[in-house]
Formats: sequence, structure tokens, C-alpha cells
Amino acid sequence: MNDFAKAIETAVSLIGHADTDLREIVSLSLSVSLTASFIAFAIGAPLGAALAIYRIPGKTAFIVVANALLGLPPVVIGLAVYILLSRSGPLGSLGILFTPVAMIIAQTILGVPIVVALVHRTIVDVWASYGDALLVDGASRARAACTVMRIGREGLLTAFLAAFGRAIAEVGAIMIVGGNVRGHTRTMTTAIALETSKGDLSFALALGIILVVLSMTVSALSFFFSRVLMGR
Amino acid sequence: MNRSLAALSLFVALVLALINTQALAQDQTIVVASTTSTQDSGLFGYLLPIVKQKTGIEVKVLAQGTGQALDTARRGDADVVFVHAKSAEEKFLAEGFGVKRYPVMYNDFVVVGPKDDPAGVKGKDVVTALQAIKTKGAQFVSRGDRSGTHIAELKLWKAAGIDIAKDHGPWYKEIGQGMGAALNMASASNSYVLSDRGTWLAFKNRGDLTVLVEGDKRLFNQYGVMLVNPAKHPSVKKEAGQRFIDWLISAEGQSAIAGFKINGQQLFYPNANDPGA
Repeated sequence: MNDFAKAIETAVSLIGHADTDLREIVSLSLSVSLTASFIAFAIGAPLGAALAIYRIPGKTAFIVVANALLGLPPVVIGLAVYILLSRSGPLGSLGILFTPVAMIIAQTILGVPIVVALVHRTIVDVWASYGDALLVDGASRARAACTVMRIGREGLLTAFLAAFGRAIAEVGAIMIVGGNVRGHTRTMTTAIALETSKGDLSFALALGIILVVLSMTVSALSFFFSRVLMGR
Repeated sequence: MNRSLAALSLFVALVLALINTQALAQDQTIVVASTTSTQDSGLFGYLLPIVKQKTGIEVKVLAQGTGQALDTARRGDADVVFVHAKSAEEKFLAEGFGVKRYPVMYNDFVVVGPKDDPAGVKGKDVVTALQAIKTKGAQFVSRGDRSGTHIAELKLWKAAGIDIAKDHGPWYKEIGQGMGAALNMASASNSYVLSDRGTWLAFKNRGDLTVLVEGDKRLFNQYGVMLVNPAKHPSVKKEAGQRFIDWLISAEGQSAIAGFKINGQQLFYPNANDPGA
């Protein structure tokens, strides 16, 4: 119990002092994971919606694959991206291994299947209720798709937040492709892993507490903004 | 829809900015593949700001364990390797992946174990201690990750006349993780473990563990540094990498290493002047 009390105390004092190292780590965590989940959303949402609305050959296979990929361990994605970006790999000449860009790539790959699967599920339901009516009213399929997306926006937001949640909580992939380099690629989760290995368990837990608070803030903010944007 | 487009382009711009700052700092930034002991002990945290100030070089450290660090360098993903397993380093050189090996510093390994010392190894020499641990079947945590410390541990078992690959029981746990993780596990399960002294001194979750065997000549732990061969990997930043190495082995770098202390105790002993090290 002592460890927990000490962790909470450490967390509060870290936030209070606005420690420089901590600020760097937090802003890197947020910018990498937010960027990755936005890109994942930009790729995954249209794909998921299209799979729900259009008749696409091999559609079931797509959906099965997306759902299966939900369970893919981050460490495998990390390894695959590492091999691609390594100097000895096909994309080695880019020189982006052990940079935040490599971390964004890995987390985007982790996020896309989540967005596809969740958006598909949402839009299938909405389409079942409104799709035919919209088409009968003379809307084009693309126009109807936009309307359906608007109706299903809360599901879309959930899909985005799920992708963000996976990204911000993930350590296996970014540890491999980022390398946990201080001041360059150290994030909340890799810092927690490092402090644990130094045996500073209460400090590691304090970082964990801050991570949870951050995650909740992002989630609350996105709900707030989505309400404002959607005019409710 | 327009709003989300705007948000998206904002983020794309952010990513591009991120890539740009990366590119700007590129030439004076080198990647050093090193071991968990140099990071977990806090040496790099202390040394790198000094390196940056004296040479202008920004060092990105990958803390990986000797075996993995050398593999990272073999793939061309590091400019310099800074590790501690002379036999593995010489193999790396012989394969043509390194230019030249420079000895930098040493510290020593210690056998850490529970205070009540069930195998009775306190104060013994390391070979006798390992034999006692094996005979009593006392819990022992092994790194099991081809790190410098793991390689040293295997050598010590061999010196004790024990073929640990064949002759291990449930008391011997190979965990395949870094030094800190091994110490955490030993602390939680009251096991014996071989650690480098630096990581042990910096380690905070000791529980009932204490140093039981130390000072044996066979526990000597030498660190070396090598530039990755630009002939194998043209992307290696040879100029900045070599300057980093030159600084480490200069009088200034050596005294900086000697100045790193935890609770007044020196962790690493510079010995770049010892050609045999």
C-alpha cells in the first residue's frame, strides 16, 4: 500500500513542478499517438464505411481480416516496421528508424484495423435503418453515405478514441521502432518500462497515474468538442 | 466535413514539422547502441549532457544489452557500439562490422542474493559460490538475453565446471530481460543473481537482497567502444561517431567517467590507456 501512496504523492509533485523531462515525454506521447490515431481514422473510417455501404467483392474477407488484426500484438507490428525501416531493410534509406515518425507509422498500423472494424459495425447498423429510405428519396449513394456518417458520428468518435487508446497505452511497438531514446523517442509508456527496470516502482507508477489522467482528459475533450462541432 | 479536413491537415503539418526538426539536427546526432547497464546505472544520463557541451554531438542511446546492440549495429542501425563482452566485440570486428575497438572503462560484477543466504555463499570466491548455489538448488535468476552480463555468467558457470545449458533445474530461471528486470525478479523471489555493480548501486527495489560475492578477479567487467564500419554501412556518421569515441578516451572524457558517483561511490573506472583491456 505504501508504494501506491508514494506513487500518488510523486505524481502530484511531478505535475506541480512541471518537470522538463516529464513535459517532453508527455508532449511526445500525445503528439505521436494523436497523429497516429488521426491518420488511422482518415484511412480506416472511409474504408469501414465503404465496406458497410457498397457492394465490394471480397468484402467479408476484408472484415474478417480487420477483426482478426484487432488482436495483433504490438510487438509484432513493431518488429515488422523495424525490419522495413532498418538500414538493411527496404526503406532503410529514409533514415527514420528511432525517430517519432517511425513510432507514428507503427501506431497507425495498429489503429487502422480498430477504426475499420468499429466504423463498419456502426455504419452497418445505421445503413440498415436509414440507407434504403435515403436512396428512395433520390439521394446518390455517396450523398447517402455522408448523411449516414453524420447520423453515426458517436460511433465514429468511439472508433477514433479506441484507436487513440490503443496507441497511447502501447509500449511493445514503439520500444522497438523508437528505441526509448531520452529526449527523442521516450514516451510515457517506455519511460514507465525504464523506471520499472531501474527498480523505482513508485516513480513508474506515478507516471502511470499521469498517463491515466491524460487519457481521460483526451477522451473528455473529444466528447466535448464533438458536441460543440455537431451543434448539440 | 470541412472541419475534420482542417483538423487533418493541421496534423499532417505537425508531422511534417516533426520530420523537419529531425532532419536539421541530423548531422551532429549519432545513434549509440549500448547496454542496459550503462543506462540503468544512470551513467549516460550524467555523461551525455557533458558530451553535448564539449563536442556539440547529440547522442541517441539505445539501451539493449550487448548481443542485441551488436546486432543493431550489424544491420547498420547504429553509428557506434558501446558494450561489454570482449569476445563478442572481437567477433564483431573480425566479421568486418567494426573499425577498431577501444577500451574505455571497467567496473565489476557482483553476486547478489538474499540476506539470509540459503546457499551460504557470502565471502566465497565466485566459482565456489556458484557450485554451492547449484548443489543446494537455491533460486538463481539468469538474464538469458545474450547480454554482456549473461555472457559473463555463462563463462563463470563453465569455470565452476558446470554445464548450465544441460545441468540446470527448476531453481535456474532464464528470464530473457534486462538487468533491472532480473534484479526486480530476484528481489521478489529472493533469488541469487549476477549483476554489474553500477546497475546494482542505482537499483532502488532491493527488498532483502544484498551483495554476497565481490572482488574476485573473474568478476572483472570491461567496456569497449567501436565505430561501425562505414565500408559496410555508408550511412554511418563516421566523423561525429569517431569524435564521440575520441572524446570518451581523451583525458577529459576519462575523468568525466571517473567523476560519476552514486552516494559518493564511484561506478566506473576509466582505463583507455590500458592497451590489453
